Amino acid sequence: MIDLKKSLLTAALPFSVLMPVVGHSAEMSNIYYGVQMEEFEYRYGEGGEELFAFDGDAFIGTDELKLRWEGSGELDLNVNRFESLSNQLALQTPISDFWDIKGGIRYSSPQGPDRWYAAVGLSGLAPQWIEVDTHLFLSEKGKLSADLDIEYEILLTNYLTLTPSANIDAAFSSDREIGVGSGINSVEAGLRLSYDVWDRILSPYVGVVYERKFGQTANYVEAEGESADIWYAVIGAKLMF
Amino acid sequence: MRISFMQKACFGLAMAAGVTLLPGLSIAKTFNLTVDKVLIDTGNFEKEGIGYNGKSPGPVLRFQEGEDVTINVTNNLNESTSIHWHGLILPFQMDGVPKISFPGIEPGETFTYKFPIVQSGTYWFHSHSGFQEPDGAYGSIVIEPEKRDPFRFDKDYVVQFTDAHPHSGKRILRNLKMSADYYNRQQQTIGDFFADVRENGFKATVDDRMAWGDMRMMKTDIEDVQGFTPLINGKGPHQNWTGLFEPKERIRLRFINSSAMTYFDVRIPGLKMTVVAADGNNVQPVTVDELRLGVAETYDVIVRPMDDKAYTIFGASMGRTAYARATLAPRQGMVAEIPEMTKAPLLTMADMGMDHGNMEGMDHSNMSGMDHSSMKDMDHSKMKSMDHSSMKEMDNSSMKGMDHSNMMGMEQDKDSFYANGSGLVPTAANGGKFLSYADLKAQKPLYEEREATREIELRLTGNMERYIWSINGVKYEDADPIVLQYGERVRFKFVNETMMTHPMHLHGMWSILDVGAGKWDPIKHTISVAPGTTVYSETEVDAPGQWAFHCHLSFHMDAGMFRKIVVEGGPKSASLNPSEQGVLQ
Repeated sequence: MIDLKKSLLTAALPFSVLMPVVGHSAEMSNIYYGVQMEEFEYRYGEGGEELFAFDGDAFIGTDELKLRWEGSGELDLNVNRFESLSNQLALQTPISDFWDIKGGIRYSSPQGPDRWYAAVGLSGLAPQWIEVDTHLFLSEKGKLSADLDIEYEILLTNYLTLTPSANIDAAFSSDREIGVGSGINSVEAGLRLSYDVWDRILSPYVGVVYERKFGQTANYVEAEGESADIWYAVIGAKLMF
Repeated sequence: MRISFMQKACFGLAMAAGVTLLPGLSIAKTFNLTVDKVLIDTGNFEKEGIGYNGKSPGPVLRFQEGEDVTINVTNNLNESTSIHWHGLILPFQMDGVPKISFPGIEPGETFTYKFPIVQSGTYWFHSHSGFQEPDGAYGSIVIEPEKRDPFRFDKDYVVQFTDAHPHSGKRILRNLKMSADYYNRQQQTIGDFFADVRENGFKATVDDRMAWGDMRMMKTDIEDVQGFTPLINGKGPHQNWTGLFEPKERIRLRFINSSAMTYFDVRIPGLKMTVVAADGNNVQPVTVDELRLGVAETYDVIVRPMDDKAYTIFGASMGRTAYARATLAPRQGMVAEIPEMTKAPLLTMADMGMDHGNMEGMDHSNMSGMDHSSMKDMDHSKMKSMDHSSMKEMDNSSMKGMDHSNMMGMEQDKDSFYANGSGLVPTAANGGKFLSYADLKAQKPLYEEREATREIELRLTGNMERYIWSINGVKYEDADPIVLQYGERVRFKFVNETMMTHPMHLHGMWSILDVGAGKWDPIKHTISVAPGTTVYSETEVDAPGQWAFHCHLSFHMDAGMFRKIVVEGGPKSASLNPSEQGVLQ
């Protein structure tokens, strides 16, 4: 329980930093802000696992420079502990019509040892409307890792959207303490069907998520008696405001 | 030469005489306007907005050409406000643009506008502060001419189009910055994909989607902001504003587009419309079935219903996401059929500026070096003798300076104010005549025709995905003012490099739109520039001071498609006449 409180506190911290800035921005017309939850969902695994998962971001800034919080986490509801939890605060600036670079820090604080990372990233819109978000991380232990998120929206109608997505984590060297092996260590693929019920503010969805760990990372997971690959049914909502 | 200035000067003398010698004769009118929070009810939704004298739209201000007006504007809001008199020629301190003309009107303050009325026709006014205009802060202006107009009418109505949106302006821009397609609910779906496959085949459809996907742009991106309810004189389509007439009466309709973002294709099924004025200035009458009313433009038309029945005034938004509707009827309560909207247009590669590569390849120095007057006189045979390869590289729109009648003669339904192959070229719903800019000819030239003293190129630029809008790639906040010299005649070259249509509005001085009619080129205050086209307008720089120049789409203007114009030189008295200064009370 204490661990959960700590983790939630960590998650809430960036908001307490951003919010006063948001309030102040009301007077400055060229400063914009936004909050988005791409994933905010309940997951039910094939082995009875129950998780709450989220993946979102918030930004404030101008066309030229934004401060962006990105957060994601998976809370195991059966044992009330975070399987993963990370918060990142970065400055972001455009480098071309469709691409931004960002640099900042990430704090990963799931159950078990925490890690600080220096992060640099690239995000934007690739040709054919593919949304891309990728980072390179250097941990306080001097270990290099990377992630890549891609997403595509298929409009069944102008309100009903099918969104395939993929998320790949890779490490250039292993960090046994936090259960990370070198090489591609996990892939998560999702397919979510959402419907915009209230502008783009609230779009409930159902979907499936497949998660698979590879290599040493898979070994670490299996050593803990968990499965290296798992299917989830998910229900949740996209939020944007 | 500078007729308007001469008029002003003569007028000033007359005024002085009137005021000092005939104090009993009141030729100066006073108006009072309050700026208020108001309730806007569109029939589809209600929202809190901003209006004048307790209402949105505000009142019709009726002025008389030749009089002096005094307008006391009291700000009852809890934020700064302003009123800009759209299209009026006046001293710049009276123009009502915060930080350019004056500081603005603070909460609780009354600002007194005082200026002579030196023109006639249909205009409008609106706030130039923040998002007050999209939130409802607009009204209309009707100026009676000194001499009678050169056309007959028995009755006239203001028909003011607006686009009320359930979201506040501030929220709309924030949403667009967060996600540029936030309001686009006309995007191509998987269903459209299969429909296109059936019609055009699989490969063609995939190629098409790949080409647009490669640009990361949408064919359906015609209206950035959808979800509004179009209003006519403050009434939604179901609330049905109605103007009464007696059969056989000639009715002058003063179409004004005070929308934040929406162009309307306007028609009155069963009636021909004779266009007699554009942007307040009389034009040689042209009879049409339909016209496109750009944001901030005005058109005066005369209609003559012969029968004892109702007619629908129908304005479909350019992207066909909504329509405005009102009625002309012999008696209150009578209605006519509401027509179907025609199919929504789709942008084409021509609108995306596929000529663009060519334009850059075009020898630019050659173009500007071309003697302009000879361009105009260019006849067809000379065109043929021109090097053919270079012709091909020439952007079609840049040929506008050429003899226009020739151009039109070449192909009937080609409108040179749209890119060659554009998806936006309007056609009349009944197959009849759709007004083109090329049809507009001034009734009476306001200025002597002369060669422009210089050309200023304004590339209309933007980044759709980031919702950044700019001129020559620079946003207003980062731009230097455009400096003009009093007495020069500037030729503005608008090159639209974006996929949107931009209504460019110059404050304080007229924009003479180059339709190739020489001295009969129409005099406007707002020039609509379609995607992938180049349009020219000329301005006699006859108004000292500093002025605003911007795209009149509210969110493009706010996002940076805006410039300050500084006019250097000119009579000191005209720029700083204390009697024409506003007074803060």
